[in-house]
Amino acid sequence: MSGEQHGGYTTGDIHNQFVEEHYDPQNVKTIWRTFWILLALTILEVGIALTSLSKVMLMYTFIILTVVKAYFIIAYFMHLKHEKKALQYVIILPFLLIGYLIFISITEGVYIHGMDHGFFNTK
Amino acid sequence: MSETLTIEKSKRSPWGGGISPFNVSWGKMYMWFFLVSDAFTFSSLLIAYGTLRHRFTEIWPLASEVFTHFPFVHGHVQLAYVALMTFILIMSSVTMVLAVDAGHRRDNKSVAVWMALTIVGGFMFLGSQAWEWYHFIEGSEQGSYVLADGRFARTDDYEPGTIFFRGGEKVEGAEAKALIASATKHTIGANLVENEYGPTPLFANFFFFITGFHGFHVFSGVMINLIIFFNVIDGIYKKRGHYEQVEKAGLYWHFVDLVWVFVFTFFYLV
Repeated sequence: MSGEQHGGYTTGDIHNQFVEEHYDPQNVKTIWRTFWILLALTILEVGIALTSLSKVMLMYTFIILTVVKAYFIIAYFMHLKHEKKALQYVIILPFLLIGYLIFISITEGVYIHGMDHGFFNTK
Repeated sequence: MSETLTIEKSKRSPWGGGISPFNVSWGKMYMWFFLVSDAFTFSSLLIAYGTLRHRFTEIWPLASEVFTHFPFVHGHVQLAYVALMTFILIMSSVTMVLAVDAGHRRDNKSVAVWMALTIVGGFMFLGSQAWEWYHFIEGSEQGSYVLADGRFARTDDYEPGTIFFRGGEKVEGAEAKALIASATKHTIGANLVENEYGPTPLFANFFFFITGFHGFHVFSGVMINLIIFFNVIDGIYKKRGHYEQVEKAGLYWHFVDLVWVFVFTFFYLV
């Protein structure tokens, strides 16, 4: 009974926690490819930081590149891409709240700055 | 007979019990949930940083003008050192994932070797961070001044006698000397109350707190990796038949790398 496969799910007694996977020799290749991508993105980031692009342009470029890097680390190093869809959603969806927190907090910061520097100061 | 079969079938739907709906062990699932909560903590820290940075936008120090040291290099090297730290951490993430991969092949010796390299990478990162903290706390030779008119002026060790204002304006010679003589405050280095990088203590506070909190995570990760490494040497996982502990420690280690990617962007680049 233990370790028996049923439609992709593992049955078995609760002591046998480990879920067996099939080893794919392509894995090592994927790991090194991910490494080169991450390295290239980091070098690109430092490179464009030293150029004279506008501040706003730089900021959005960095944020996009960071999210791309995060994707590669989470998907390939942390192997989330090969987990069940349900688990992926459980882990990723809570970060919508972080998006909301970024929005309200930064808005607030900009607003307080404005209050000190003449939004309402008519003098 | 047929009735029993129906019950068995319904039990095998993903949430019917008796099986793992996420197809992961509970240990791995809890590691993921812990990492989600830890990611929230780091997100909060970085969002607090972003909020106060926007609130004090005109006096906030630019990281590219603060972190300009590089070992054995005379002069300013912008960003190179943090980029090197990022490289070290990404590299140790690669050795970690190779250890996990060796575990899937049940190759005990390879797991031990890759784990050892991961630990070396971890110590290298911690050493780099100590070096950076040292230079941040020590500061430059001349430090910075708050002038009599309240303006904040920085200096540059490679251009002595000149003072710099935010926005590129600089004053040299006798004029600079007179301004320095009438300065109301002189700061060298950084602590939690004041720092030479800007007129607000918040920048240094966030530096200490965010990189410190991350550094402590790295330190914990190295300790966890050491324990795993010794277990591998002892052949514990070989006897157990699987290397899932290595995988769980790996998840944590990659997470530490992931956080650094964000700290690198939001603290040093943007």
